Amino acid sequence: MHAEVEEKEKQSVSLKHMAGTETMIELRGVNKWYGDFHVLKDINLTVRKGERIVVCGPSGSGKSTMIRCINRLEEHQEGIIDVNGVTLTNDLKNIEHIRKDVGMVFQHFNLFPHLTVLENCTLAPIWVRKMPRKETEEIAMKYLERVKIPDQANKYPGQLSGGQQQRVAIARSLCMNPEVMLFDEPTSALDPEMIKEVLDVMIELAQEGMTMICVTHEMGFARTVANRVIFMDGGQIIEENAPEPFFNSPQSERTQLFLSQILSH
Amino acid sequence: MIVNDKNIPSRPAPASTRGIAGWLRENLFSTPGNSVLTFMGLAFLVWAIPPIFQWAVLQADFIGVNKEACTSEGACWVFVSARFQQFMYGFYPDTELWRVNIFFAQMTAVLVWVLWDKMPRRTWGGVWFLTGFPLTSFILLHGGFLGLETVETHKWGGLMLTLVLSLVGMVIALPIGILLALGRRSDMPAVSSFCTVFIEIWRGVPLITILFMASVMLPLFIPGDIELDKLARAMIGISLFEAALIAEVIRGGLQAMPKGQYEAADAMGLSYWQGMRLIIMPQVLKISIPGIVNTFVQLFKDTSLVLIIGLFDLLAVMQAGITDVNWPNISIEAFVFTGFVFWAFCFGMSRYSVALERKLDTGHKS
Ligand SMILES: Nc1ncnc2c1ncn2[C@@H]1O[C@H](COP(=O)(O)OP(=O)(O)OP(=O)(O)O)[C@@H](O)[C@H]1O
Ligand SMILES: [Mg+2]
Repeated sequence: MHAEVEEKEKQSVSLKHMAGTETMIELRGVNKWYGDFHVLKDINLTVRKGERIVVCGPSGSGKSTMIRCINRLEEHQEGIIDVNGVTLTNDLKNIEHIRKDVGMVFQHFNLFPHLTVLENCTLAPIWVRKMPRKETEEIAMKYLERVKIPDQANKYPGQLSGGQQQRVAIARSLCMNPEVMLFDEPTSALDPEMIKEVLDVMIELAQEGMTMICVTHEMGFARTVANRVIFMDGGQIIEENAPEPFFNSPQSERTQLFLSQILSH
Repeated sequence: MIVNDKNIPSRPAPASTRGIAGWLRENLFSTPGNSVLTFMGLAFLVWAIPPIFQWAVLQADFIGVNKEACTSEGACWVFVSARFQQFMYGFYPDTELWRVNIFFAQMTAVLVWVLWDKMPRRTWGGVWFLTGFPLTSFILLHGGFLGLETVETHKWGGLMLTLVLSLVGMVIALPIGILLALGRRSDMPAVSSFCTVFIEIWRGVPLITILFMASVMLPLFIPGDIELDKLARAMIGISLFEAALIAEVIRGGLQAMPKGQYEAADAMGLSYWQGMRLIIMPQVLKISIPGIVNTFVQLFKDTSLVLIIGLFDLLAVMQAGITDVNWPNISIEAFVFTGFVFWAFCFGMSRYSVALERKLDTGHKS
């Protein structure tokens, strides 16, 4: 069955988008425990350059934990994680190197409240990439324009709406010029009228060919941009498929149940 | 169905909620109970203030050189002016007082430079405050260099000693306190247990005990000919004691930080120290301002405990004055005045911290 799924997926990928063949992220046999609690069970996942993966699943299924392992916000105990050709180890240099290339957007934005929007965006380029301040400011303004809030550059995050804050958070990640973007439920803390403005930015990003892994329950978004949708439950990847077959003919019972629950309301 | 397409023009709020009358109503007479409290408060002020004012100002003596000048009923402030030199400088030699005055002047200038946000190049002010200022002050006050006569630290005293002790205590305690707080939360067991033990030991012992040990016991442990100045020992004791208190204040601030701030800093590739310096500490220090200032105010007052190891700070000089046979029955004036001076400094710190908190407020947290 897996072969079949892969076959279909390849077709849809080549038709819909132009994902590369280079591997960007690879998880092989990843296992993780919190104490005695087995959160991630034998996770295998390969993401190619330019691919867009949407991860969904019930609360507590390990979605956040999985993507947080990719930039070592969480440590896995077994298995191998490769990011852009570098294997994650305990070596701090190695971890910091990977984090430079991996942008992350959080559910609660996590902007730095004591810095202005512009300073939020230039901080990492200045201190991590060691770029001159002037240049980082130009880059930051470019991305703030991309997310359509250049006029807020000198405000503090506390003065912006949730949707604006999340767009700043996206711009902040982009300023590091990452190879991959990880999104952990970027719209679930937002009021409905703000969800669209954030999703629009993400769709644009996808169209430009950014490699993305996105935990979200926005199924419309998944249909539009995802190459593959992954369903997780109980710490496992239960199903992995292109969006059309995933939504129209889910194979596993658990996926069917989950989809019927989230699509019914 | 209701359709309302008329625009209602804005009007001013009712007169009873505006202006002085509105303020009075809202703050002092909002409920019957509140009104009763307001009247009781007023009655207390009417009862207490006139006699105090009469004693301290109207019937007080200000001019003269000795007790005989105090002929009226009220306070004898002549005592303060007669003792002014000791009160400011302790037993610092008469001919060298200019050195202390330069110290006072430089201190005022540097503090204004660093603390007032309209001053230019405040970063350099901060650097000078932490390097050049202590160095030049030491050379000036202690002497022994550049042809300056040496003034032993046991001659230092009064307000000058109080300020030196508090400034040194604050400047050393804050960075050590920050490191201790970070260390206590470290993942490395050796670091965190060392910091925890250090903090708990210093924090759990009364300052008076620490000063006593520093003065009496420390020399017993230090081998033979190395002699550490008594004032230096007191400074070390006070600074480490203070650092332990500051560490706990900072740790509280660290715990109040949302986990997301650490994660965002990590996810962007900042190193641990970059994240702490650029993201975490600025926010932690901001929310810890009340606690830090509270600790500093406490320290400022506690410096008077150096009396027990024979150093004469502001309070000690005043107390010595009270026992002077030429100045009988002067203790009320002495304590009121000393209390007022301590209060003025502490109140200044407190007001500054309130202004700072307001300035650093950038809207609610994300
Ligand atoms: N630090 C932790 N210590 C112990 N257990 C944890 C910790 N973090 C998460 N867990 C547990 O691990 C499981 C997976 O958590 P995770 O946050 O990855 O779920 P999720 O799929 O992202 O859920 P949600 O949709 O609610 O965000 C949950 O059962 C959670 O309770
Ligand atoms: Mg989650």
